[in-house]
Amino acid sequence: MSPKSHIFSMFGSSPIRPMQQHMDKVQACVVELIPFFEAALAGDWEKAREVQRSIAALEGVADEMKRQLRLSLPSGLMMAMSRVDLLETLTMQDRIANKAKDIAGLMLGRRMSFPADTGPVMFDFVKRCIDATAQAQTAINELDELVETGFRGREVQLVESMILKLDEIEADTDEIEIDVRQKIFALERGLPAVDVMFIYQIIDWIGDLADLAQQVGGRLEIMLAR
Amino acid sequence: MEYATIFIVLACIFGFFMAWGVGANDVANAMGTSVGSRAVTIKQAFIIAAVFEFLGAYLAGGAVTDTIRKGMIDAQVLAGNPELVVYGMLASLLASGIWLLFASRAGWPVSTTHSIVGAIVGFAAVGVGLDAVKWSKVGTIVMSWVVSPALSGIIAYWLFVSVQRLILDTPNPLENAKRYVPFYIFLVGFIIALVTLFKGLKHVGLHLSTGQSYGLAAVIGVVTMVIGILFIRRLKFDPAADRAFHFANVEKVFGVLMIFTACAMAFAHGSNDVANAVGPLAAIVGIAESGTVLQKTAMPSWILLLGGAGIVIGLVTYGHKVIATVGTGITELTPSRGFAATLAAATTVVIASGTGLPISTTHTLVGAVLGVGLARGIASLNLTVVRTIFLSWIVTLPAGAILAIAFFFLFKGIFS
Repeated sequence: MSPKSHIFSMFGSSPIRPMQQHMDKVQACVVELIPFFEAALAGDWEKAREVQRSIAALEGVADEMKRQLRLSLPSGLMMAMSRVDLLETLTMQDRIANKAKDIAGLMLGRRMSFPADTGPVMFDFVKRCIDATAQAQTAINELDELVETGFRGREVQLVESMILKLDEIEADTDEIEIDVRQKIFALERGLPAVDVMFIYQIIDWIGDLADLAQQVGGRLEIMLAR
Repeated sequence: MEYATIFIVLACIFGFFMAWGVGANDVANAMGTSVGSRAVTIKQAFIIAAVFEFLGAYLAGGAVTDTIRKGMIDAQVLAGNPELVVYGMLASLLASGIWLLFASRAGWPVSTTHSIVGAIVGFAAVGVGLDAVKWSKVGTIVMSWVVSPALSGIIAYWLFVSVQRLILDTPNPLENAKRYVPFYIFLVGFIIALVTLFKGLKHVGLHLSTGQSYGLAAVIGVVTMVIGILFIRRLKFDPAADRAFHFANVEKVFGVLMIFTACAMAFAHGSNDVANAVGPLAAIVGIAESGTVLQKTAMPSWILLLGGAGIVIGLVTYGHKVIATVGTGITELTPSRGFAATLAAATTVVIASGTGLPISTTHTLVGAVLGVGLARGIASLNLTVVRTIFLSWIVTLPAGAILAIAFFFLFKGIFS
């Protein structure tokens, strides 16, 4: 006889832990943008290159984790949350890391610098966007508790309040973004046109970090509501 | 009766083989949710299974055994040919045993219950005649195969919802767990004791009225509850463990509860599945000794003892390996869910045992797990496996029947 308990094999491996580990990796990747910006603003491109490499490496690991998780979620599973919502959330999470890699790559490639006093504002902008992704991570970290309580009651309210906070942070980043754009706009006539174009591009991408974080929260909210 | 001794010896060997198969293969399924939730270790599960499977088989296995023994065949039709029943029952045991062995080797989830019922109906309908089968009773049994997973699913759903309301979704889940878990433990002891007592323990010399049964069941419930409270008091809680997962300590309390539900499940399984092995054996012994199909006498209790012993030996020689594979797998089945599913299944099975309905423990447990899953309590369930488990009984019925018919004519050819 084959030693096997059929009851036992009906329990699929839970996607919750891998999901949280993926988000942890994404956040580890995004946080590297802080030393990257410090180095870039200081003009230390050697250091910046180092940090960019580590960002790219972390993004690669996150990508592989995403792939593995997708493969382990065949459609014959009955899950506590919808499979589509889970996979969408995973995609959003992964895009955050991709975006961080893009930002570091572009800035390093063009050795970008920011005009006059806009450097510190840019840095604040980046940090606030990282706050948003950190908040998304906090919310994703509640997934196991959500499953434990069967998506009911207090735990749901707790996660909803986290998502609300995430929305506030995102609104905050929007304000900062407007502020940064105005500062650049005031200076743009005195700058090379191509540089300005890419500065706006980078501002866009940094803002995307917070937007994607908010989308992670949004998907999580849909999971709660179902 | 001619060849009476040979029949009895053969029946004992085949019956013991079946019981061994139940212990070797099926017990691991009954213990799956308990070991899987990490609430009991592999060793504890093994000891619990050995003790409670035996107790269940011996104390509460009588009613289902009677059904298998004489519930499905019309004694009136066969009154003139008692030897046909003997051949048929021998054939059924051998057929189910072989089918079980074959299917387990292939890794298919088969139910011993379905194979033996299929075998008995098969030999009676084809070997003797359609009117030899009590179709109304067989119909009831088949209905119970549909009803039992559904019922245990519903019970599991509500048990889990009650756990959410009373414990998990409260400001202080740990305090509430300590407060309410003893009541669940009471429930475990009470239900199992009540059904067992109601069914009657006449064969061990205990005669109780309804009132006495309720009273004694309550006493047993309270005793189990007190034992449970002592266990819970001895738990050491680690606030640091709650940082990563807020319910780590709460689950420890459920871990205690899970030990009791594991006992209940083993008991329930023993009480229902022992019949698959010893039901035909009891029929053969009865006919061989009295020479008549119309068995008015009660079943000798050594038959249940033999079945219980067979299950335990199956567990000791092989079943523990299967349990061990469960213990090394990775799941996110926490004790709070494991408890809800296991208690629901144990309750359903033990009620069926009391009513004399042979049902599949595995199917009932699958139903219960799905019930918890519907309450969004389990991260992910593999529905493909669930489908395979449920489909297997459709294959098992004709397989058991065809094999039994073949052996029936073989025995008939040899002995007459």
